[in-house]
Amino acid sequence: MNLISVLLIAIGLFFFLGGSIGIIRLPDFYSRLHAAGMLDTMGLFLSMAGLALYVLTDFTFANVLVAIKIMLIVVFVFITSPTATHAIVDAGVRGFREPWTKDKKGGSSI
Amino acid sequence: MKVQQRKSSFVISFLILLLFWVVFSGRFDLFHISLGMVSCAIVSWFVSDLSIPNPRPMGILRLWYNFFLYIPWLIWQILLANFHVMSLVLSPNMMERIDPHILRFRSRIRDELGLVTFANSITLTPGTITVHISAYGDLSVHAIDKDSAAALPGEMEERVARIFGE
Amino acid sequence: MDTYILYSAMALSVFMAIPLYRSVVGPTVKDRIMGVNAIGSKTTVLLIMIGFIFGRVDMFIDIALAYALLNFIAVLAASRYFHKRKGLYQEMDR
Repeated sequence: MNLISVLLIAIGLFFFLGGSIGIIRLPDFYSRLHAAGMLDTMGLFLSMAGLALYVLTDFTFANVLVAIKIMLIVVFVFITSPTATHAIVDAGVRGFREPWTKDKKGGSSI
Repeated sequence: MKVQQRKSSFVISFLILLLFWVVFSGRFDLFHISLGMVSCAIVSWFVSDLSIPNPRPMGILRLWYNFFLYIPWLIWQILLANFHVMSLVLSPNMMERIDPHILRFRSRIRDELGLVTFANSITLTPGTITVHISAYGDLSVHAIDKDSAAALPGEMEERVARIFGE
Repeated sequence: MDTYILYSAMALSVFMAIPLYRSVVGPTVKDRIMGVNAIGSKTTVLLIMIGFIFGRVDMFIDIALAYALLNFIAVLAASRYFHKRKGLYQEMDR
């Protein structure tokens, strides 16, 4: 049981690292959002699942309640993360900011 | 506005809010439960004219059942796409492999809630972000490379349409 | 296991420094909002890990929930407010 939660937290941290590196490396903010929003959401899901499993190793009623609350945070983030991502993209579109493409090197320097 | 609809909306939101109150407070004595009932009643009276559910051809329970069947498949797709984007981000020749572009297509889903579910699923899958969606089902999607764009609209649209019975 | 959680919390706070670079240097306002959003989603996990280290998860879980909510509202409000670009309307008048 502990091994599974250690593994889940490690994979979640790996996704967090990938999201952070993607924020630095990608060329413009439309493509950075792919790394920022989505990889972070997955990392949060996996590491929260690992922490909830670790709480449940000591199986009392209060701990079950804590695990339910942790999973409610995950559900909340899964609903709100696409909305926040869409809000940032929509702000970019309203500012008439062209996305970076390969042939036409526009992007964040505008 | 129909009084009957408003009453049923009040009861449904009151029950959901009370469930959340009990889970979050974690105390089960009479004092805390009665505090929760008072505040849930006030809040659901405020929002009862906002959250009127649309009439549906199929039952609401059937809809939720289909939706819960959809979630494990969605999480599996998200996991696969996550590993794809991870390999893209961590690869040393990233600038050659990415090809950001915007693709436009028309969805055949007509239900409003179905369109919202579809757009949120697209955004939640890494590699594709919904930029804009119109009320008639025209979507603009920003995709980070050709492989992510190739999966759209495809199977995800089929499954979302099946949830809402189209 | 507690030591493992302590070390992963330390690693998480190191990862939080990378989006901080983007939110300080980032060329546009949207980059900054995005960096703050990425830091916030890491902080939610970090708060629960701190709860494990102190042995008070039942208290820190509520703080983490409120932080996730506040992060979402802040990103929505900021991206609604900063959607204009500097000098956009001068260009359109011209």
